[in-house]
Amino acid sequence: MSIKSQKDFFSGLLIMAMGIAFAWGATAYDVDEGASMGPGYFPLMLGVLMAILGAIITFKALVVETKDGDKIGSWAWKPLFFIITGNLVFGLLLGGLPSIKFPAFGLIAAIYALTSISAMAGEEFKLKEVLILATVLATMSYLTFIVLLKLQIPVWPQFIAG
Amino acid sequence: MDLIANLSLGFGVAFSPINLLYAFIGCLLGTLIGVLPGIGPLTTIAMLLPATYALPPVSALIMLAGIYYGAQYGGSTTAILVNLPGESSSVVTVIDGYQMARQGRAGPALAAAGLGSFFAGCVGTLMLAAFAVPLTELAFKFGPAEYFSLMILGLIGAVVLASGSLLKAVAMILLGLLLGLVGTDVNSGIARFSFDIPELTDGIGFIVIAMGIFGYGEIISNLGKHESEREVFTAEVKDLMPTKEDFRNMIPAILRGTTLGSLLGILPGGGAVMASYAAYTWEKKTKLRPGEVPFGKGNIRGVASPESANNAAAQTSFIPLLSLGIPPNAVMALMVGAMTIHNIQPGPQVMTSNPEMFWGLIASMWIGNAMLIILNLPLIGIWIKLLTVPYRWLFPSIVLFCAIGVYSTNNSTFDIWLVGLFGFIGYLFVKLGMEPAPLLLGFILGPMMEENLRRTLLLSHGDWSVFVTRGLSASLLVLAALLLVIILFPSVRKKREETFIED
Repeated sequence: MSIKSQKDFFSGLLIMAMGIAFAWGATAYDVDEGASMGPGYFPLMLGVLMAILGAIITFKALVVETKDGDKIGSWAWKPLFFIITGNLVFGLLLGGLPSIKFPAFGLIAAIYALTSISAMAGEEFKLKEVLILATVLATMSYLTFIVLLKLQIPVWPQFIAG
Repeated sequence: MDLIANLSLGFGVAFSPINLLYAFIGCLLGTLIGVLPGIGPLTTIAMLLPATYALPPVSALIMLAGIYYGAQYGGSTTAILVNLPGESSSVVTVIDGYQMARQGRAGPALAAAGLGSFFAGCVGTLMLAAFAVPLTELAFKFGPAEYFSLMILGLIGAVVLASGSLLKAVAMILLGLLLGLVGTDVNSGIARFSFDIPELTDGIGFIVIAMGIFGYGEIISNLGKHESEREVFTAEVKDLMPTKEDFRNMIPAILRGTTLGSLLGILPGGGAVMASYAAYTWEKKTKLRPGEVPFGKGNIRGVASPESANNAAAQTSFIPLLSLGIPPNAVMALMVGAMTIHNIQPGPQVMTSNPEMFWGLIASMWIGNAMLIILNLPLIGIWIKLLTVPYRWLFPSIVLFCAIGVYSTNNSTFDIWLVGLFGFIGYLFVKLGMEPAPLLLGFILGPMMEENLRRTLLLSHGDWSVFVTRGLSASLLVLAALLLVIILFPSVRKKREETFIED
C-alpha cells in the first residue's frame, strides 16, 4: 500500500492525533452521562468523532487514487521562521519577560525589531527602506494607538520611563 | 408601517456625524484591503476588533460592517486590472474582467462591477430590513433543542458550501468546537484543557486564533510563492461608460446575481465567496445572445453577475446573525466577537433591547453603499495608484498590526506567544489543504452548542429523542440531513468539485 494523497494522509494523521488527545484529556473530567452532562461529556464526544474522521481520511488517502499524488510541496521555511520570530521578539521587547529578568523595551523598540525581522522574510531586503518603513509605522502606531485610541501600552523602555 | 418607523430611527442614528464618519472609514478601509491582494476582510476585522473597544457599539459595528461589504467592491478592481483576485470572492471576476481590460474595456468592466454591486447592496439591505423582524419572532419560539439543531444545520451548511474535502471540513469544525471549549467550564467551574496555565483558564482569545491562522498563516504562504507569479499592472482605464449593448447584457445578469446572492447569503455557510461562484456558473449556463462575446473572452455578464452576487450575499449574511444570533460565516463570527466586546449578546433580543443599534446598522448599509459607489467609480484613480505599492512594504505592516491587535486585547504577552503558535498551525493547515474558515465558525459555536445541548438534556431528563419529537427541531435536522444526502449524491458531488476547480 502506498500513499495516494500526501496532503490527506498527513492531515488525517494530524486530525486523528488531535482527536485522541482531546478525547483522552476529556476523560480526566467528569463525563456523567444522562440528564446532567458533565464537563467531560461534550469534548469526549467531539474528540472521538474527530479521531474517527481522521482515521477515515488517512485510510482514503491510502486507497483513493489522485492525479498527481497531491504532494505537500516545499515548505516556505524562510518566511515561516522570520514572521514567527519577528512576532516573538515583538512580544519579548514590548512586555519583557519577568521570569528571566528581561526588561520591557516598549512599543517603539518592538516595532523596529518586528519590522526589520519580518522584512527578512521577503525576497529582497533593503536596510534603508526597511528602516524608513519602521519609522513610518512607529509614528503611525504611536499616533493611532497611543494618542488617538489611548491604549495602555508601554511606549518607552522601562529603565528610561521608570 | 413599522418598517418605516424603524428605518427612520435607523437613519437618525446612521446620519449622526460620528456614525457617518465611521461608516466612511469602514468603507474606505474595506475598499483599500479589497484592492490589496493578500489581505482580506477577515484579517482586517480581526485586527481592528480590539481598537473598537473605545468606540460606541453602534459606530464600531457600522465600521466593521463597512469593511466587509466595502471589500466586495474593492476586490473587483484588482481582479479586472491586475488579473489577480483582490478578495477571495472576486476569484471568478478575474476570468472575464481581465479579458475585458486587455481589450481596452477596463472602464466598462469596472462600471459593471460597481453598478451591479450598488444595486445588489441596496436590494440585500432591503431584504435584511424586511426579513429580520419575522425571523426574530420565529426565534422567540426556539428552545435549547431548536438552537442546537439550528447550529447543526449551520455547521453542515458551512461544510457543504465550503470548497475542498468534505471530511476535512467536518474535522476542522470539530477542532474549532473543541478549541472553543478550552478554559473554565461555566457550569462546573473546572478549567478544561488549560494545562494549569492561568491565562488559558479564560479560554483562547478569538482574536488570537483569527490572527494566527488567517493573518500570519496567509502571509507566510503568500511569501512562499514567487513574486514572478504576480502579474504586473498593465491595463489602462479610459472610458468608464458602458455601451448600450453592455447595459442590455448586464442588467439581467445583475438581477440574476442579486437574487442568487441574496438567497445564498442567508444560508448558513454561504456568504460572498460561494455566491459569486454560483452566480458565474449560472451565467455560463444561460444562452449567449447572437453576437455576444463568449465567457472567458471578456463577457460583461461574467463581471456583473458574480460581483452583484457577492455584494448581495455580504448584506444578507447579516440576517441570521442579527435575528437568530448565529453567525452564518467566519466574518459574521467576528461580528459576534465585536458585539460581545461591547456586552451585547447577539440574538433575537438585540432588536428590542438595542433597536437604535439594530436599525442604525441596517440604515448605515445604504449610506455605505452610496459612499462606495462614489469611492469606487469616480475615484478609481486613487486605487489604481495603490496597486503599485510593493508587497514587501505591506506584509511587515500587516504583521505589526496583527501583533499590536493581539497584545492590546488583554495587554498580555502570553497572547503573543499563542498567536505565534497559531501562525505556525495556520501555515500547516494551508500546506495540508485544510480549509480554516469552518474552524473559526466552530470555535464561536462551541460553547453555545454545549450549553444548549446541556439544557436540552436537562429538560428531557437525558432523553435524546426530543431533538426529533419537537417539530421545529426535527425539521431543522431533516433539512441538515437533506443537505448531507444531496452532497453525497455522486452526480452532485462531481458538480460541486467541478464548480470549485474551474477558474
